[in-house]
Amino acid sequence: MNKIATPAKTKTPSSEELALIEKFLNDTTLFLGPDPEIMQNHDLMPRSAVEDEAIGRMSDAHTIAKIRDRIQAGCDEGYEMVEQMGAAPGAKWGDVITGVYSASGDLAIASAGGVLLFSALVHHPIKFIIKNWLNDPTVGVREGDGFIHNDSRYGNVHNTDQSMILPIFHDGKLVCWVASTVHEGENGAIEPGGMPSMAESPSDEGLKMCPFKVVENYEIKRDLLTFLQNSVREPKLQYEDMKVKLYACLRIKQRIVETLGTDGPDALVSTLRLTMENVRTEVKRRVSEWPDMTVRTYVIQDSTLRENCVVKVNCKLTKTGDRLIFDFRGSAPEFTNRPTNTIVAGLKGMLSQLFLCYVWPDLPRGQAAFAPIEVITDPHSIMNCSYDAPNSQSLMSIFTGFTAGQHAVAKFLYSCPEKYTKVHAPTFNMINTFIWGGVSQHGETLGNLCADLNGMGAGATVDRDGEHALAPIFATMADIGEQELNEEDVPFLQLVSKKMTRDAIAPGKYRGGQGYTMMVATKDSDQWGFMTTCQGAKIPPMQGLFGGYACGTYPLAKIRGVDVYDVLLETPEKFRHSIEELMNERPFEGASYTTHHMGMGFEISKRGELFMISQGAGAGYGDLLERDPAGVVRDIEEGLISPGVAERLYKVKFDPATLAIDHQATATARDAERKARLARGVPYAEFVKTWNKPTPPAHLQYFGCWGEDIDKLYMGSAERFRTGSEPKPNYMPNPKDVRIAELEARLAALDALGGEKQ
Amino acid sequence: MKVPMTEYLRIDLDSEKWECRVCDHEIGPATKGYKEGMLVHDRDPREIHPPILDPDKYRYTFCPDPEWVRILEYYCPHCGTMVETEYAIPGHPPLHDMQPDLPVLRAQWAGRGQLAEPVVGPEVLADQGHSH
Repeated sequence: MNKIATPAKTKTPSSEELALIEKFLNDTTLFLGPDPEIMQNHDLMPRSAVEDEAIGRMSDAHTIAKIRDRIQAGCDEGYEMVEQMGAAPGAKWGDVITGVYSASGDLAIASAGGVLLFSALVHHPIKFIIKNWLNDPTVGVREGDGFIHNDSRYGNVHNTDQSMILPIFHDGKLVCWVASTVHEGENGAIEPGGMPSMAESPSDEGLKMCPFKVVENYEIKRDLLTFLQNSVREPKLQYEDMKVKLYACLRIKQRIVETLGTDGPDALVSTLRLTMENVRTEVKRRVSEWPDMTVRTYVIQDSTLRENCVVKVNCKLTKTGDRLIFDFRGSAPEFTNRPTNTIVAGLKGMLSQLFLCYVWPDLPRGQAAFAPIEVITDPHSIMNCSYDAPNSQSLMSIFTGFTAGQHAVAKFLYSCPEKYTKVHAPTFNMINTFIWGGVSQHGETLGNLCADLNGMGAGATVDRDGEHALAPIFATMADIGEQELNEEDVPFLQLVSKKMTRDAIAPGKYRGGQGYTMMVATKDSDQWGFMTTCQGAKIPPMQGLFGGYACGTYPLAKIRGVDVYDVLLETPEKFRHSIEELMNERPFEGASYTTHHMGMGFEISKRGELFMISQGAGAGYGDLLERDPAGVVRDIEEGLISPGVAERLYKVKFDPATLAIDHQATATARDAERKARLARGVPYAEFVKTWNKPTPPAHLQYFGCWGEDIDKLYMGSAERFRTGSEPKPNYMPNPKDVRIAELEARLAALDALGGEKQ
Repeated sequence: MKVPMTEYLRIDLDSEKWECRVCDHEIGPATKGYKEGMLVHDRDPREIHPPILDPDKYRYTFCPDPEWVRILEYYCPHCGTMVETEYAIPGHPPLHDMQPDLPVLRAQWAGRGQLAEPVVGPEVLADQGHSH
C-alpha cells in the first residue's frame, strides 16, 4: 500500500471507526492476490477450539495409531490410483502427493511415496480457500465441492502441479480436507511441458489457476473443464487427470467416512491434530541432539538458463538448543525477467524433502516434519521472489537450495550419535533430461519430458560409494518407466541410453554415483522439439564432502546436418555409442558438431539430428587417496573411469593389460602424493593474502553477496548492487541482443558496417 | 573429551583445539575455523574433472571452467590428508564453515561420555513386509 502524506495532527480513529475502515476495505477488495500471510508461513495453524475439545474427549494413543494407519493406508491407496491411472508422465514416476488435511488446512497425513517436498507446500491453497471462499456467498464450500489449483504463487512447487481439493463434512460440519496433487506438466506456457525457461514474466507461464471450484456434487463442471482444456496443449490429459485426482480424493474420502462411522469425528480430528503435534515435538527433540553450531556453505547456479552467469545460493545453518535456522540471506537478488526465481514455499518444500528423505525418513509424512524449522531469506531474492517475478524454473533455485542444506546438515550429523540415516555427500541436484513437445506420429499435440530425470547419481556416504543413476533429489522412490513404451507415443528414439558416461566423475574415498548418457533423435514428426533446463555446464552445482570432490560439469552436445537414421541404415559402422567418440571423432561428414550450456530453450529438431546429454554424478566423500585400490579398478572395469584418469587421480598402480594392482607401488605413489601436498600447500594465512579479493571478479556477471557481507547483493558487476532488504529491478538483456551488439562492435572495429544508418 | 566432528577432524573439548583424526596433529584453536590451521592449494578443476570433449574443438567439455571456479583443497599440515574441498569463485574468501558453540558442546557431551568411534548410522534394509 502506498504511504500517503497526511497532516501532522491527524485524528486517531476510534476502534469503531477502525472496524468500519477494515470492513470497507474487505468489502471492496478488487483482487484476491497471493496472500503473504498464508504464503510466508509453513508452521502448523494454532490448535482450534474444536480440536482442543476433540482431544479432551479422545486422546488414546492406541486408537490414534490405529486411525492414523487407516488414514495412511487410504492416502497410499489414493496415491496408487493416481500413479496407475494418471496420464501425465509425472504421475507414472510418482510426482504425486495425496493427503488428508485438518479443518484448518494443515497437511496431517500424506502418502508415503512420491515427491515429499509437497508435504510443506500443498496446504497453502486450502488456507486460501478457507480464508476467502468459505464464507463468500458467491463461492462457498459445500459437500460435493472440489477445488482446482496450479498457480505456484498460491501454493505448490510450480505451475505444472495441479491439485484437486475436496472438503469433507460430517453432520454438516467441515471436519477435514482431502487433496491430490500431480505434476501434470503441460499448462499452456510459451514453451511446452509447463516449465518455460524463456518466460520473462508470469504472463509467459501459462495457466494460472488460483484455487477455484471446478467440481459440484462430485462432478466436474464441463464448462470450466472445456475452458481449461482450451488453455493447454494436452486437452485429453487435462480431463483425464482431473478425473483421476477427483476419484483418488473420493477413495480417501471413503476411508475417512468409514473411520467416522466406526470411531466418530472426535477420534478423527484428534488423530489428525495429535499426529502433527507429536511429529513437531519429536523434530524439536531430534534437533536438540545436534551440536550447537553454525555451518556456512554456498552453491552456485552458473546460468539463468538463458545466459551463463554466476548466481550464488548462500546458506548459513545455525542450530541452537531445539531451534534450527536456515539463513539464505546473501543469495542472489531476484531476476525480474528470468524464471529461475522461487517463491519461498518452494525452497521450504525442498528442505522438507531433505529431512523426510535423507535425515529422518522414519517420520510420518506430512507438514509437521518441517513445521518447527525456521527459514530466513531476503525479500525479492531468488530464494523468495516477489509475485511479479517469473518462477517457472524455480527448480533451479530450490534444487541448489536443497544441496546447500544437504551439505550443511551433513556437518551437523557427523558428530551426532543419534542418527536415522548415514552421513551423506550431496546427491546430484539437477534434472538432466530432455523436455519435449510438438505433434506426435499419431497427430496428437504433446508436451512433457523424459522420465530419465529420475536417474541422477547419488552422493557417497560415510561408508560406501554413491549409487549410479538412482533417483532425483525430489523423488527418492521414483521410477524411470519403460522407454520403449514411451516411444510408442512420441516421435523420437533414445538411441543411446543407460550407458554410463565415462570420466564424468566425483572422486573421493567413496566416489559419487554416476549418471548415464542420453542421445535422442526425432524420427516421425516434422513438428517436434526438445529443451533442457539445468545448471552446471561451467561450474558444478554442488560441493563435495569432507575432502571428497563434487561432480564435474555437463554440457549439451548437438550434431546437426545429419540424418542418423539414414546412417544407421546405410553405414551403421559410422555410429558411435558415446558422446566422447561422436564429438571427438566427428564420423558424419558435413554435419555440424556444437556444445552448449544446459539451458536450451525449446528448439525444433529435424529427423535424425542428435541431441546428447548426460545425467550427473553425486558428490564424493573423503580423501581420494584413501579409496580402496580394488574399488578404483572396479570403476575402470565398469567403464566409469578411464585407466589413465584413475591412475593419475587415485595414485593406484596397476598392470594396464590385466588391471592387477601393485599394492606396494600404490602405497609409495600415495605417500609421494601426500608429501607433494605438503610441498605445494600454502599456509592459510599466507594463502588468503593473495587469494582473497574485495569484490567479485570483473570477468564474471556475479549475483549475490561476496564473502560474509550478506547485506550487499551484487547484481552483475562490482559496480551494481542493492542491499538485502531493499529490492531493486534486476533485468537481464536478451542474449541475442548481447550477441548482436558484440558482432556489431566487431563490424564497427573493422569499419564494415557499410555506412549503415544508426 | 574428544568429539569427532568430521571424517578427519575432532575437537578436544578440554584444550579447545581442532585435531587431525588421522595423525593426531593439533591444528589450531576451535574458537576459530579449522581451515586457519590448514595448508591450502588452489586446484585447477580441469585436473580433477578431465575434459571428455576435445577442448581445442569445443566450448563446453564436461570440465569446469577454470576462469569461473577453482577447487580449494585443505590439507593437514602434518600428514597431508585432504580434510576438505571447497569449490570457490576465484577470489571469494574461504568460508568459516564450522563454528561450534564450545560451552554448549561441552555440556552436551558431558552427559554422553566419550565414544570409541562415531556412530555410522543405520543400514538401509529391504522391508520384510507385514506378517503375523
